Amino acid sequence: MSNTRIGRRFAELRAKNEPALVAYITAGDPSLDDTVRLVAALERGGADVIELGVPFSDPIADGPVIMRGAERAIANGATLRGVLDCAAKIREHSEVPILLFSYLNPLMKYGFAKLAVDAKAAGVDGVLMTDASVEEAEPYVKTIREAGLDTVFLAAPTSTPERLALVGRYSSGFVYLVSRTGVTGEQQQLSAQALPLVTAMRAHTDLPLAVGFGIAKAADAEAVGRLADGVVVGSALVRVIEKYAGTPEMETKLEELTRELKTGALQGRAR
Amino acid sequence: MITTSQPDKGGHFGPYGGRFVPEVLMAPLEELEKAYEVARQDPAFHKELADLMHNYAGRPTALWEAKRLSENLGGARIYIKREDLLHTGAHKINNCLGQILLARRMGKNRVIAETGAGQHGVATATVCALFGMDCTVYMGEEDMRRQRLNVFRMRLLGAKVVGVTNGSRTLKDAISEAMRDWVTNVENTHYLLGSALGSHPYPMMVRDFHSVIGKEARAQFLEREGKLPDTVFACVGGGSNAIGMFHEFIGDTGVELVGVEAGGRNLTLGEHAARFAGGSPGVLQGCYSYVLQNADGQIALTHSVSAGLDYAMIGPEHANLADEGRATYVNCSDASALAAAVTLSRTEGIIPALESSHAMAEAIRRAPAEKGKVFLVNLSGRGDKDIDIYRENLKDLDE
Repeated sequence: MSNTRIGRRFAELRAKNEPALVAYITAGDPSLDDTVRLVAALERGGADVIELGVPFSDPIADGPVIMRGAERAIANGATLRGVLDCAAKIREHSEVPILLFSYLNPLMKYGFAKLAVDAKAAGVDGVLMTDASVEEAEPYVKTIREAGLDTVFLAAPTSTPERLALVGRYSSGFVYLVSRTGVTGEQQQLSAQALPLVTAMRAHTDLPLAVGFGIAKAADAEAVGRLADGVVVGSALVRVIEKYAGTPEMETKLEELTRELKTGALQGRAR
Repeated sequence: MITTSQPDKGGHFGPYGGRFVPEVLMAPLEELEKAYEVARQDPAFHKELADLMHNYAGRPTALWEAKRLSENLGGARIYIKREDLLHTGAHKINNCLGQILLARRMGKNRVIAETGAGQHGVATATVCALFGMDCTVYMGEEDMRRQRLNVFRMRLLGAKVVGVTNGSRTLKDAISEAMRDWVTNVENTHYLLGSALGSHPYPMMVRDFHSVIGKEARAQFLEREGKLPDTVFACVGGGSNAIGMFHEFIGDTGVELVGVEAGGRNLTLGEHAARFAGGSPGVLQGCYSYVLQNADGQIALTHSVSAGLDYAMIGPEHANLADEGRATYVNCSDASALAAAVTLSRTEGIIPALESSHAMAEAIRRAPAEKGKVFLVNLSGRGDKDIDIYRENLKDLDE
């Protein structure tokens, strides 16, 4: 278990037999100042780990909801430096674990050595690089880990056993299991591919396993909470931000959905 | 001296290329890589492809000595490789025929593609009609507006054209949307990528399917001149026609290779698509190569009068050829490309595509000072698709 806030949070929850709620929002959507308040709302609602999305112009793995979030954030001037400053502001009053969630290019442009140092200084706990395949990831993993940060990788239902082994080796903190083939976005029901993937990944690692992609409501969170260590929700939260941006309800609505999801996840373990 | 004309096992040309994709896309790429490995070693695959290239697409294409053009310039003699004479009007059909055979071998019954100007979309719709495959082409809404005729051609050929409204609504966004479709529908769908770009094996595979251009041109040139050309010119968007032409000449170290990028209106970021003039290595759409980006690592918007060159990244093999000094990359402005198109039309009776006009323009610029040299220019496509843009820019002819 890694000794970051991420690793420690999963360990605490495991001891209590509780699943973690991992909440994704795009930093800077609608503005970086809002993000600080929105993370506080997520935390009040019961989120255990925050995935702070770094907006990118060409997000090939994302569906329309998160894509639009990134467009709004870039239009409002969010940069990687701004996202790190935002993390530092969150850290002034919160110990919630923060995972930076980014496509490679903005990180490369910033420089990995500098990123590792600055992210650590800002109170970030780990980095997930969406488009870093395990074949290409080694140098980045090394730099980020040496700074004392976690690296989280994605596993997919179509990943071969060889690839799952590499995902396990390069991951720390937790492993992010993509519940189905496709892009991010809410679905009517949880994919039948999720459970076999949890079983397959478990053969390669003792790290906590969090399942995401397509989880939108309490019932989905309950189903995932039953079979995995963590439930990842993104698009459903970003959709609330999109809908209520600029209104006084934005934070309370986000907090409400988060609480529903967390309650659902907990019910997955209630029996 | 170039050491890496074949990529390594991970698809790297020197440091460039590779596979930078989310994990969900790895399985389809591996499936494609394996299928291509088997196909390329199968004589029956090559036999069928050669038959299609000859009897359907119209290969071999002519090598034409542009005597009037050369005389007017009074310097180097210029030969033109006539890829514009191919079925559908450009080199794009070479790659589409190769990939449609591969799609059929893989048991796919649905093909998706991206298109900018619509040439690759038309070529894809064409081969899908020929093979009876379901065809969906993603095209930015802005490009659909600019290239209405090609949208209609694709629909006439039976393809579904899907407008993309994300981001800049151009080629880059159409590629992202095609990747999203592919990852969702991979079981029955082949992604027929149109340039020597993206993740391994695409840059190598697309190059291989276009390498017939250089193979033919080199043999034709030797037969006509008894020697190799001094300089070979090709335009470079993603770089498929250029790499198809250059690849056969890489070992001929006496042959200078010149790639011509789109210089657009000027060389301010956002006004051009010259990746070697302001770009830097980065990752876009699965590939590591030179890309136009801002200080925050966001991909820049690009501009070129020629939609086929209007893309933020250059293919990875070109990036490596540039780093190793084996090929040189220059850029040509919108205005020079338009002027070269007029010159070629009036001296040789050939109306070129605006993309190819960029290569032509650089040859025309250099020829007067290089008497005694012999040039080879790849004329990758014909100008029919660009007639509206020519009309807009040459108003005095359109009374």
